[in-house]
Amino acid sequence: MAEGEWQPKILAIICNWCSYAGADLAGSARIQYPPDVRAIRVMCTGRVDPLFIMKAFADGADGVLVSGCHFGDCHYIAGNYKCAKRMFLMKSVLKDLGIEDNRLRMTFVSASEGAKWAKVIEDVVKTVKDLGPSPLNQLQQ
Amino acid sequence: MAEEKKQPRIGVFVCHCGTNIAGSLDVKAVQDYARTLPGVIVADEYQYMCSTPGQKKIDDAIKEHDLTGIVVAACSPRLHEPTFRTATKEGGLNPFRFEMANIREQNSWVHMHDYEGATAKAKDAVRIAVAKAALLEDLYPKSVPVEHAAMVVGAGVGGIQAALDLASAGIKTYLIEKTPTIGGRMSQLDKTFPTLDCSQCILTPKMVDVGRHPNIELHTYTEVEAVEGYIGNFDITLRKKARGVMTPTEATAKGIVGGGCNGCGDCDAVCPVIKPNPFEFGMKPRKAIYIYHPQVVPLIYTIDFDSCVKCGLCVEACGEKKAIDLNMEDSFETVKVGTVILATGYDAFPIEKKREWGYKQFDNVITSLEFERLICASGPTGGHLIRPSDGATPKKVAFVLCAGSRDNTGVGKPYCSRFCCMYSLKHAHQITEKIPGCQAYIFYMDIRSFGKMYEEFYYRIQDEGTKFIRGRVANILEDAKTKNLHVYAEDTLLGQPVDMVVDMVVLAAAVEPTQGVDTVRKMFGVSCSQDGWMLEAHPKLNPCGTTTAGVFLAGVCQGPKDIPDTVAQAEGAASAASIPIHMGKVELEPYFAQCIEEKCAGCGMCVNLCPYSALDLIEKDGRTVMHVTEAKCKGCGTCGGFCPGGAIYMQHFTTPQIVAQIDAFLLGGEQ
Repeated sequence: MAEGEWQPKILAIICNWCSYAGADLAGSARIQYPPDVRAIRVMCTGRVDPLFIMKAFADGADGVLVSGCHFGDCHYIAGNYKCAKRMFLMKSVLKDLGIEDNRLRMTFVSASEGAKWAKVIEDVVKTVKDLGPSPLNQLQQ
Repeated sequence: MAEEKKQPRIGVFVCHCGTNIAGSLDVKAVQDYARTLPGVIVADEYQYMCSTPGQKKIDDAIKEHDLTGIVVAACSPRLHEPTFRTATKEGGLNPFRFEMANIREQNSWVHMHDYEGATAKAKDAVRIAVAKAALLEDLYPKSVPVEHAAMVVGAGVGGIQAALDLASAGIKTYLIEKTPTIGGRMSQLDKTFPTLDCSQCILTPKMVDVGRHPNIELHTYTEVEAVEGYIGNFDITLRKKARGVMTPTEATAKGIVGGGCNGCGDCDAVCPVIKPNPFEFGMKPRKAIYIYHPQVVPLIYTIDFDSCVKCGLCVEACGEKKAIDLNMEDSFETVKVGTVILATGYDAFPIEKKREWGYKQFDNVITSLEFERLICASGPTGGHLIRPSDGATPKKVAFVLCAGSRDNTGVGKPYCSRFCCMYSLKHAHQITEKIPGCQAYIFYMDIRSFGKMYEEFYYRIQDEGTKFIRGRVANILEDAKTKNLHVYAEDTLLGQPVDMVVDMVVLAAAVEPTQGVDTVRKMFGVSCSQDGWMLEAHPKLNPCGTTTAGVFLAGVCQGPKDIPDTVAQAEGAASAASIPIHMGKVELEPYFAQCIEEKCAGCGMCVNLCPYSALDLIEKDGRTVMHVTEAKCKGCGTCGGFCPGGAIYMQHFTTPQIVAQIDAFLLGGEQ
């Protein structure tokens, strides 16, 4: 962590069966990635209420990542499809609110994709760092 | 749901995990920070929280401080959540009043060179976990009965072994096989390494046992059509493909006493349609009404309706037995089982994709499985190895190992297929033994003879005169006139290019998951690795289990393995699958949805979203509200994610709990 560098606040909501397991695998394999993301575990991305996303941005998140199983591989058949549909909606809502829609990202990482998880985190952190603080945070200041 | 509200009293325990955690972040700082968090009464640390003294700390703290919630910051909840739940329970708390902060897999191990970043992340993780722990409630797992029956999908040697073990343990077992006979790949092999047992000789007794076992219900030419339910209570629909031929039992059921197929083969003799036999890789013909080979179990003929011309000659030939029904259609049957073992095996990688080796371009380039049939006494040539181009006996045969395995070009497979080295050694032995004067050459990268008595077998083959050339074969070209083959490689031990002319080339093709197996895998909710092999729950500690409770794996469907390993895993899977059945009941995690009836508007959106039909609308006190059938609910929370009125209460993942976690992360940082 470089001194004085702006640290984005990024929330990840990830499913127990694929992405959480993939993130664990990245750990077992000691694949290094930036420490900027904080994860909350749910059983399925289907659980991700739009409220959670709005709450996160309202609370000052600079980015939100939702990550689940690949299509067709959902532990609960199709929770990830249902979540993905909602993400499109959320992105348009965010846009309307003046928040860049790529602050919200949905990815699909399976339990065997530790390396992909590390890549996703790198990408998300880079995207958010490039965007800078969330407009809502700038407003508060 | 919410009863008496007691102020949260939380205990936090930070694990060092030796240096796994403590080496990459400041455990002491995390512990000190935890003490400052609202609701935290005690914060402790220990070298190994999962050890007996570590767990005792939890137990003691609960009693001493009258705690209402426990947070352990350690490894992944996917690893040790059950351990610490038990410890929480031993201390007298409900086990679901435990929350884990993952500061190892998702922190210390992935931020090994960022001490401050990792420490800050660990503090946040603990804060988030404490916020959830403050809102945790007592939950009670639901106990459900387990059907005293099991299913094994795939009847190769792995599936056969698993089914026999389950059946011998007194469990009714359905053995499902998509082809007309059981036996799988092993029945196509001639000899088995390193003992050189005849493959059929050691397999057929087991096949016969399957046919005879009173607890095994065998369904060949059958596929899994649909899966419903959960551990203990799977409802599995089978598609029994139209075979066109009735078994004696089926015939008797239809009132044809003494009828049904007895395998006499009279129909085969008269059938005018000739097709290649897939069991022999097309090197031998079969009729439209056929059996794969003489040892099939069950010994029942099958009509290939794609090529049958319905001339009716077979019906005439069958006569009084009246076994043949040319108008038979697929039928469906639903069975209820407690646990399932998947043993769906493998296919050979289509090695013609590696154009440089000339398979399907040059007659005398064959695959190892074709070699097995050609050298096998029951094969198309009666065990005489001949060149496909001219029927001559080969004098020089080259074996190409890692054909498509350990291949990072993107065409082949990156993994080692594990048994090709050993069977190629066996092949070299077989030609040396069967054809005097025939020379075997093995082109290899490394000889991986890892098993019991395998290395000794390798020495034996060396002593018998097989020549080993270390180098991957670059190219194979055919001499158009003689049909001999030029094998180009680099001998990496001598550092010289090789241009060897041989009569025949055998490619040890890589293996890949059985074609179409993804459909089955997804029906059972089993994940797969990047290569498509089914994913075990844990590679070391739960190699037979999957992430779907009650579904287990055996054999190559989980990854390449030889016969001893397949059988060993099958026995392991059978043992694991029999435990819930013998226990008679299982406990389901109580992550059920609940309806907050006063908030429910009865819109019914959730009802359509539920993948398990666990939700219904009911009339209650003059209003329409949602109702959850707990036994069907698997706790995904999709209904809760959608409910526009916030009327769904997802136990253990409630909206207040998750929002508290989000708030704790974003609003509750260090001042």
